[in-house]
Amino acid sequence: MRAAVITFPGSNCDRDLLVAMQTCFGRPVARVWHGDSELPPVDLVGLPGGFSFGDYLRCGAIAARSPIMAAVRRHAERGGYVLGICNGFQILTEAGLLPGALVRNAGLKFVCRPVRLAVVNRNSPFTAAYGPEPITIPVAHHDGNYVIDPEGLARLEGEGRIAFRYLDNPNGSTADIAGVLDARGRVLGLMPHPERAVDPLLGSEDGKPLFASLLAAIGGGGAHR
Amino acid sequence: MKALVTIRFKDGVLDPEAVAIGRALQGLGFAEVRSVRREKLIELDLETDDREHARARVGAMCEQLLANPVIESYRIELPDGGPAA
Repeated sequence: MRAAVITFPGSNCDRDLLVAMQTCFGRPVARVWHGDSELPPVDLVGLPGGFSFGDYLRCGAIAARSPIMAAVRRHAERGGYVLGICNGFQILTEAGLLPGALVRNAGLKFVCRPVRLAVVNRNSPFTAAYGPEPITIPVAHHDGNYVIDPEGLARLEGEGRIAFRYLDNPNGSTADIAGVLDARGRVLGLMPHPERAVDPLLGSEDGKPLFASLLAAIGGGGAHR
Repeated sequence: MKALVTIRFKDGVLDPEAVAIGRALQGLGFAEVRSVRREKLIELDLETDDREHARARVGAMCEQLLANPVIESYRIELPDGGPAA
């Protein structure tokens, strides 16, 4: 398992994601600046939460056009793993690596609280370590309202690409969607923050199985493509 | 020359801010307000006088950054002589 976390101007969960990955993977994780045009040799790229470029124009829109995103796209095309959390999810939809878009919460308020989630697809490399019971992970976002057209939604449902659903929808998201996978199941975007739920001190450890799933799927060694 | 890009949510995409504006107007007594749509206006000053070229370039800007085709549509105007696209 070799992983990297990208920092954009305005990212604020990059260190939390780095610490969570290092703790769960048991090895160092690289940091990459958005202006770089190449990734180090890695199996997994993490796009952290935050407010890249101040959420100007649309959330994630400007970050999605950063130099590093061309390298992330090539990584995904090679079958590499990508995990986008919160603003990272917004960046992945803006980059076209995941379908749909994230718009202003239906209630117009910034929502910051633990939410209960159903793990809908438990066969993906991101979710295989989860059991059937609901999990609790915090959300913290103003624009987490997932929008997708009916055909796109039918495709996601038919292909088992809805990874997580809200049990009590906090933002008006279509079909209660909290996280989606790409067609190969190697790119996951989700609004809740698993990296904020990896220690009892944080109030929940329900984020840990996500990282454990990835470690099991990719392997603990240093081998990479 | 100047180019104006107007971006709005596509039909069927709920804009909660527009809904809130509508509710606030009704709360002020403007009961005739049935619904509200919002648009975003981006004004560009371009270093060219070639309208065809400007139209093509601004179209590319919309496709690559200014609008998200998943949820938004856009309209381009070159006001020095009528609408363009």
